Amino acid sequence: MALLEIRNLHAGIDGHEIIKGLDLVVNEGEVHSIMGPNGSGKSTLARVLAGEACYEVTEGQVLYKGKDLLEMDPDVRACEGLFMAFQYPVEVPGVSTKYFLKAAINARRKYRGEDELDAVDFLDLVKSKLDLVHMSDSLLDRAVNEGFSGGEKKRAEIFQMAMLEPELCVLDETDSGLDIDALKVVAEGVNKLRNAQRGFVVITHYQRLLNYIVPDVVHVLLDGRIVKSGGKELALELEEGGYGLFGENAPQPVNA
Amino acid sequence: MTTMTTMTTTPSTTPRTPAATPDVFAAAFEALDADSPVHGLRERGYEHFQALGFPTLRNEEWRYTNVRSIARTAFIPAHAEPTDAAIALVKRHMLRDTPAHKVVFINGRHRPELSEIGEDDLRSGVRLESLATAVREDCSTLRSWLGQHADMQRDAFAALNTALLADGAFLYVPRDVSMTRPVHLLFIATAPDEPAMTHPRILIVAEAGSRATIVETYVSEGAAASLTNTVTEIVARDGANVDHYKVVREGPAAFHVSSLNIHQAKDTNVASHCFSIGGRLVRNNLNAALDGTGCHSTFNGLVVARGEQHVDNHLSIEHLKPNCNSWEYYKTILDEKARGVFTGRIYVAQDAQKTDAKQTSMNLLLSDGAEVTAKPQLEIFANDVKCTHGATIGQIDDDQLFYLRSRGIDPVVARSLLVYAFANETIREVRIDELRARLEDVVLGRLPQGRELQGGL
Repeated sequence: MALLEIRNLHAGIDGHEIIKGLDLVVNEGEVHSIMGPNGSGKSTLARVLAGEACYEVTEGQVLYKGKDLLEMDPDVRACEGLFMAFQYPVEVPGVSTKYFLKAAINARRKYRGEDELDAVDFLDLVKSKLDLVHMSDSLLDRAVNEGFSGGEKKRAEIFQMAMLEPELCVLDETDSGLDIDALKVVAEGVNKLRNAQRGFVVITHYQRLLNYIVPDVVHVLLDGRIVKSGGKELALELEEGGYGLFGENAPQPVNA
Repeated sequence: MTTMTTMTTTPSTTPRTPAATPDVFAAAFEALDADSPVHGLRERGYEHFQALGFPTLRNEEWRYTNVRSIARTAFIPAHAEPTDAAIALVKRHMLRDTPAHKVVFINGRHRPELSEIGEDDLRSGVRLESLATAVREDCSTLRSWLGQHADMQRDAFAALNTALLADGAFLYVPRDVSMTRPVHLLFIATAPDEPAMTHPRILIVAEAGSRATIVETYVSEGAAASLTNTVTEIVARDGANVDHYKVVREGPAAFHVSSLNIHQAKDTNVASHCFSIGGRLVRNNLNAALDGTGCHSTFNGLVVARGEQHVDNHLSIEHLKPNCNSWEYYKTILDEKARGVFTGRIYVAQDAQKTDAKQTSMNLLLSDGAEVTAKPQLEIFANDVKCTHGATIGQIDDDQLFYLRSRGIDPVVARSLLVYAFANETIREVRIDELRARLEDVVLGRLPQGRELQGGL
């Protein structure tokens, strides 16, 4: 059984269709990259997977571990092991990061019939994961994302991902707005979380991130559909030739 | 930066609501002892009350709050004898774990047998007495301050309170004395069968360089309507520091009208924290005069209302001298059909240069039926001042809610978490741990699955 199976997905917002028949299969342990120009539907895909209410799915199916993902509320999807690293993580003043994480971890544990994590175990877990993203524990007392720089926000998303130990991670343009050093830290964090069970969907605009998070499969997203899939070399081809290589008027490649 | 002036208020000459049962107040007034040293003050109060009458909606200061139901109810002076229910409420609401001077009033009368005043501060010359005692035993000190800062000429409720002045609290802190413990004034009102009223009066004088913390808690019980009409005067002399907390937790049949009048001399620091959680109709007037250079004033407020509660906070801050700063930060959380009103008047006199005044009104509406009116009123006559004001009125932020849910947090819990975070910003300013914990608890108790949020944000 695949970890994630998207079949003929059609989705849009305000009556405007953005995803126009998308198919994708991600198996456990695989890292898939989705690349596409602005407006191709990258963020829409991420948000539909996360369950944002304003997006409407008009056709198609999404199976997560064989279950109907679209039927599940966003919090249920998270408890089932889906994690989305947002492109623009929102600030939540008045709620400390520590509290937020504890609530999230315990929500997941409760869902699985496990006991809540006690304070000591929680702090131990925190310490071990903070190292992954080179952040200090002063993060814990700060309100969620409040006053964080762009780089801090992205690293904090990866920290949360590490804490929650998801099974399918969707990274929505995690590299946007990051300088090379921050990018490396983020990539290092993600790479440490790669294992034989976890699947990743790394949505990105630029190829650069993929030098550090080396994907197993690269997909090109154009106008709401995946038009080509290939190995990591595909990302380099895109970098050199641009997205025009794969559109309707694209020159036919010699080796298809 | 300068800001333009807006309207000024003039004493009311608009038609008044004649009290439907004027005999009620006349009878109450007549019943007071004419021999009392404060009777002259009472008479002046009564004259003003007769002249003003209760305000109507046509009175600019009362445009959003209709007090007709108060005007038309035949309140009798509340019974002085404590009931078992009242005593139980004392146990529940008095600070327990905090070393404090505990002063209990039941139906407006001081109950020494239920109160506890520590010796330590008294040895430093602090006077903490019931007002009735202070009037009887040493009226001259009292008289030099009492009534100086309550606006009887324009505020009918303050005039009525003065007219029916009988008991309350008097706190006097001598020069350079820092009180070692806070004063907790607990007012319990009971109206088991007939509508009953009390008019507590509090006078706080903090001499130069002194420090004091006062908490006023108002609780009521009983099926009948109760009216608590309370007036507090705080006189802060040069360099004094006063922290004042007010908590209104009266029941669903209670009317609560208060005026907190603060007069600040130079270099004083006054902080007022007002938490309005109970009551059917609550109107808190806050009048502060920054009458000396270098004053710092903080006015924090939180309203948590639901059902058909109506809570009106009316602030009037006057910068009379240069180099003072004032900070107003009021939040309301309204659910069901509750109504909130916030009026923030800031007056800056012509000579009050380098004034720095900030006013923020933030309002969270949790239902379609909830409504809030937020009205800033700036009257600025100096030309070198900083005066900013802002109001936000909104609902729970969908993006924040989605973010919490995307991490597995249940939607009801997520919503309550966001409401609590909103309230907590004001609650965490409370410096008395036990009081803060109680306020957190009350708010959490009001939120769906609030108990799950316990453990500190």
